[in-house]
Amino acid sequence: MRFERRARVPWSLAVAAPFAAIAAALALSAVLILAAGVNPLLAYVEMLRGALGSRLAVTEMLTRAVPLVLTGLAVAVAFRARLWNIGGEGQFYLGALAVAWVGHDLISGLPPAAGIAVLTFVGMMAGALLLSGPAYLRLRFGVDEVVTTLLMNFVVILFVGLMIEGPLRDPLAFGWPQSVPVDGAYHLPDLIPNTRLHIGLLIALAAAGIVWLIVARTVFGTEARAAGFNARAAEFAGVSLPRTIIGVALLSGGLAGLAGGIEVMGVTRGVTTTMSPGFGYAGIVVAMLAALHPAGVVAAAVFVATIFVGADAMSRATGVPSFIADVIVALALLTMLVALLFSSYRIRR
Amino acid sequence: MSTVLRLASITKSFGSVTANDHVTLELKEGEILALLGENGAGKTTLMNILFGHYAADEGTVKVFGKTLPSGRPRAAIRAGVGMVHQHFTLAGNLSVLDNVMLGSEPLLRVRSRRAEGRARLLALSERFGLSVDPDARVSGLSVGERQRVEILKALYRDARILILDEPTAVLARPEALCLFDTLQSMTRQGLSIIFISHKLNEVMAAADRIAVLRGGRKVAERTNAETSPEELAELMVGSRVTRPKREAHAIGAPRLVAEDVTVHLDSKPALKGVSFTAHAGEILGIVGVSGNGQVALGSLLSGVAAPETGRLTLEGREIGGLGPRALIAEGVGRIPEDRHAEGIVGELPVWENGVLERLATPRFARYGFVRRGAARGHAAGLIKRFDVRGATPEMRIRLLSGGNIQKLILGRVLAAAPKVIIANQPTRGLDEGAIAAVHAELLRAREAGAATILISEDLEEALSLSDRLQAIVGGRLSQPVAAGEADSRRLGLMMAGVWEELGNAV
Repeated sequence: MRFERRARVPWSLAVAAPFAAIAAALALSAVLILAAGVNPLLAYVEMLRGALGSRLAVTEMLTRAVPLVLTGLAVAVAFRARLWNIGGEGQFYLGALAVAWVGHDLISGLPPAAGIAVLTFVGMMAGALLLSGPAYLRLRFGVDEVVTTLLMNFVVILFVGLMIEGPLRDPLAFGWPQSVPVDGAYHLPDLIPNTRLHIGLLIALAAAGIVWLIVARTVFGTEARAAGFNARAAEFAGVSLPRTIIGVALLSGGLAGLAGGIEVMGVTRGVTTTMSPGFGYAGIVVAMLAALHPAGVVAAAVFVATIFVGADAMSRATGVPSFIADVIVALALLTMLVALLFSSYRIRR
Repeated sequence: MSTVLRLASITKSFGSVTANDHVTLELKEGEILALLGENGAGKTTLMNILFGHYAADEGTVKVFGKTLPSGRPRAAIRAGVGMVHQHFTLAGNLSVLDNVMLGSEPLLRVRSRRAEGRARLLALSERFGLSVDPDARVSGLSVGERQRVEILKALYRDARILILDEPTAVLARPEALCLFDTLQSMTRQGLSIIFISHKLNEVMAAADRIAVLRGGRKVAERTNAETSPEELAELMVGSRVTRPKREAHAIGAPRLVAEDVTVHLDSKPALKGVSFTAHAGEILGIVGVSGNGQVALGSLLSGVAAPETGRLTLEGREIGGLGPRALIAEGVGRIPEDRHAEGIVGELPVWENGVLERLATPRFARYGFVRRGAARGHAAGLIKRFDVRGATPEMRIRLLSGGNIQKLILGRVLAAAPKVIIANQPTRGLDEGAIAAVHAELLRAREAGAATILISEDLEEALSLSDRLQAIVGGRLSQPVAAGEADSRRLGLMMAGVWEELGNAV
């Protein structure tokens, strides 16, 4: 048995791959649910009901999807250019912390729209700066960015812990480790009244559209793709590798930082070290399920958010621990990698 | 002599393309059989079927009278078939001995039998005259040495039939001659050999029998004595191909001038004070044995490397170290030495590759957005004008054959009507048909007044295209000689670095 690369991946297969991967991940997770003594079908029905069964459930799910769209885009942009940004989690937290710090009282008195715009920019800058370090090290010394970005996640989360127990501690949080909150004027307005769903959803969707334009239509996007596939040929054709890689790093880090900033402005108000259930890491799954396509990222983010939100409801109804959500999402990444293999290669005997 | 290998009526299609069409082939014991054909004639596919990398749609493979199960490389190895691929399959970070033993031992054996392995390797290397150092790291070996390791690897697995895929593509001429000696001594010891080639003189020099493939079919089989290079060329291409000839014409003003240029690669001097002048309407050939500074010269003229000292001027303007984009804007067209590694991005479509060099120019971009219509149209024009076969603008360029990729690169260069063309090994690895096409285009550009620097290791090519020639030896350039005064003997001396006593330079 051997694999032969397909000359062309049929369109139908490219679309079918993520669905097949998700089905396989759910089937595998069913074994664990069975082991927990629950009928998997029942558990999955509860999960769907918890995420999509009511208006409130849907808005909760979409609220959860917002940061996932942004971290997913961050990963998709970077991976397309073969810049392996595993540091979405750290960039998310640094973006969140920067927004809380600046938004608490440094820019008081601005009109709300202007303040939100400034904070959006601050969140992006924080993430962008964080990723530009590893990108520079790779360019200058050939340091593997997988290692540096991954390790920076832990450094940043410890730094956030330091700040919210120290200088940025919220004195009104009754001793809970939480940062000062963003000024109320700069909270993102609700998209649907009396729910937690905020206009961050629109920002995330707009970001997906802009990212698609950049990667698919601009000179920069084309050059970044060329540099990712064959750096030597790109350089021979006159593409500046340093400019391209730093550009991609700023965009990718910026998107992950934006995710953190928006989560603070839209949902949590202040920063805690547990505010992200792994949004940065889940962004990798989202981007892979989307085959790195910006439109696919939106769909994949909705799927992952459904699992995250649905698992809580399922856990309450059936007693299966909600950690099953992490298992499903992680398995979906593995099955997607297998599905990508099968869709780009054909098996020959 | 008994038949050791028989391929019977092998047929294999990839989609709508038939790579092998009922090919039947026999190999006798102690014989060297050459499989001759152009790129894309189906040679490599046939050998991959024999070795079990591909499963044939039809037909059988018999080795020593036994039918091989299809699609099982291990079965082929066990039956005594060894394959040396064109692109070596060695692990650079391991020693020669490790590479040779790798995969030959059961996975679950606790201790590797290295002492036995070493003794066996040394015995083999002695017996066949393939000298290697078992403890040398493969990454430090030359290409010729690596090939020896590949052959030893096959012999170590008791190969009695050896298949070599384009074994000389990566070798310099002396190394190739040495390889053929080795192959002949192997056949005297009972091995049987198939080698794949598209070089006529090589096939005539080394093979006992020659099978010619064209368009997936075996069109002829000849013994060495009953054929000639001319006949083989005709059989291979189907109709007689003649390479275009250079017509004498008046040469214009100096265009590209290098004065005492030094270039460092990896902070070592790779070009040491070279000077040359290329005139409008002239092809200046730079000949030499590979590894004498051609890479540095190519990098300098492509804008990838900057001169350490000296001047490089185009019509009087300094262009040294400008970088690729600025050089292209100045009117320099560049054909890279390694078309796959430098010329194209294989995963991108043909149209993006067609404009990648000039992506940032107003013709193909506006406000930072790619003008896709213009770019696609440009690519479609290149495909048509330069006869890039089998290509559409949307298709990934990796799927094209080497010759067609080269035609696209050439088209990309020539469509911009360059003042200067840097052609670095422009026909390396191409078949006769594609070589003739590339030569014709270069000569046409010369007619149109371009100044061309032709860096080539192929003397025949350099002699037939160049108006003047300079030899590159150890990072230095000889004085130029006019093509009329250069013959192989004189060029041979020049390439050996003996040029001081050759007076009458032009």
